[in-house]
Amino acid sequence: MTSGEWGLILGMMAVTFGIRYLLLALADRIAIPRLMEAALQYIPPAVLTAITVPAVLLPEGKWFISWTNPYLMAALVATLAGILTRSLLATIAIGLAAFFGLQMLYG
Amino acid sequence: MPATDLTIPEAVVIISPNLPQGVSLTSPLQSKTASQRQELLAGARDILPLLLGAAPLGLIYGTMAVASGLSTAAAMAMSLLVFAGSAQFVAVGLVAARTPTLIIIATTFVVNLRHMLYSATLLPHLRHLPQRWRIPLAFLLTDESFAVTVHRFQKEKGSPYRHWYQLGASVAMYLNWQVWCLVGLVIGERIPGVASWGLDVAMPIAFIGMTIPFVRNVPMVVCVSTAGACGLLTVGLPYRLGIIISALAGVLAGLLTEVTARRRKEAVQS
Repeated sequence: MTSGEWGLILGMMAVTFGIRYLLLALADRIAIPRLMEAALQYIPPAVLTAITVPAVLLPEGKWFISWTNPYLMAALVATLAGILTRSLLATIAIGLAAFFGLQMLYG
Repeated sequence: MPATDLTIPEAVVIISPNLPQGVSLTSPLQSKTASQRQELLAGARDILPLLLGAAPLGLIYGTMAVASGLSTAAAMAMSLLVFAGSAQFVAVGLVAARTPTLIIIATTFVVNLRHMLYSATLLPHLRHLPQRWRIPLAFLLTDESFAVTVHRFQKEKGSPYRHWYQLGASVAMYLNWQVWCLVGLVIGERIPGVASWGLDVAMPIAFIGMTIPFVRNVPMVVCVSTAGACGLLTVGLPYRLGIIISALAGVLAGLLTEVTARRRKEAVQS
């Protein structure tokens, strides 16, 4: 492991543990403001979508909006599968199957 | 050992060497240990379905980590020390894009902020515990262990050993995650082909699967639409800063929609 990797992992560990432990470390009850509490629930889907949408529309750093973009098509299939099945495992399996199917189709 | 000992539960046998002479089988010490053990196992049992759900994520994380250029040791150390599924995914994706370390750590912070809400929710149930309990429980806190634990805590407020339940669920989650990450790493290393496509395809598809359960109402739809659109607009920014900016925009848009809808509803009612 390089020192850069150690820096990354220890830094990630520090912020993650800090977030999880901060309120438990303080003995007194601390109320999170209601607005903050409401905001927190939006973070995971917002981060994930902010990464996913560019990843499938610009798969190699360049715009690729086409029926022949397997990343985009697989993402659409996975979205549909996710809405219909509500299962993470099924979504991943169907999405990956769609990607490889399309790649074979397009050569 | 007399044959009658065989009827004594395992828990009693384990602790019996430490018992002072003359302590009866119904002593508070023994029933305490038995209850703790019971809680521990109940936690591990209740999280079982969620362990299955985490398995493919661990596998994909492992294979993706190999493709990202992170060393196997570092990828495993991240699972062991950070232990945060979605943050690990995001970090590996950012490592592959050669993002500076500080930006990755900042993104990790944002992705994991929700855990503060979890510890705030659990705090009333755990505040009586010493720090030697709070520290490991905090380290092991995940979406899955929180979901299982809070369900139990809200149902049964009375049990004095309920923290053992959380420990059981958390440790089961931890061990399960490490195993699947390791398997993913081995697969990624053995099959070079897996590494070349794993990152590009598996990450967005896994993220879609992880996002959909959140999108249950209009504010959430607004949130993810805004975050996605901003992600496209900010794609040219250096250090992948676009992710944090877009996430923030999505959160604000969702929040704004929620607050506006609530105000409108209140206005109609009054």
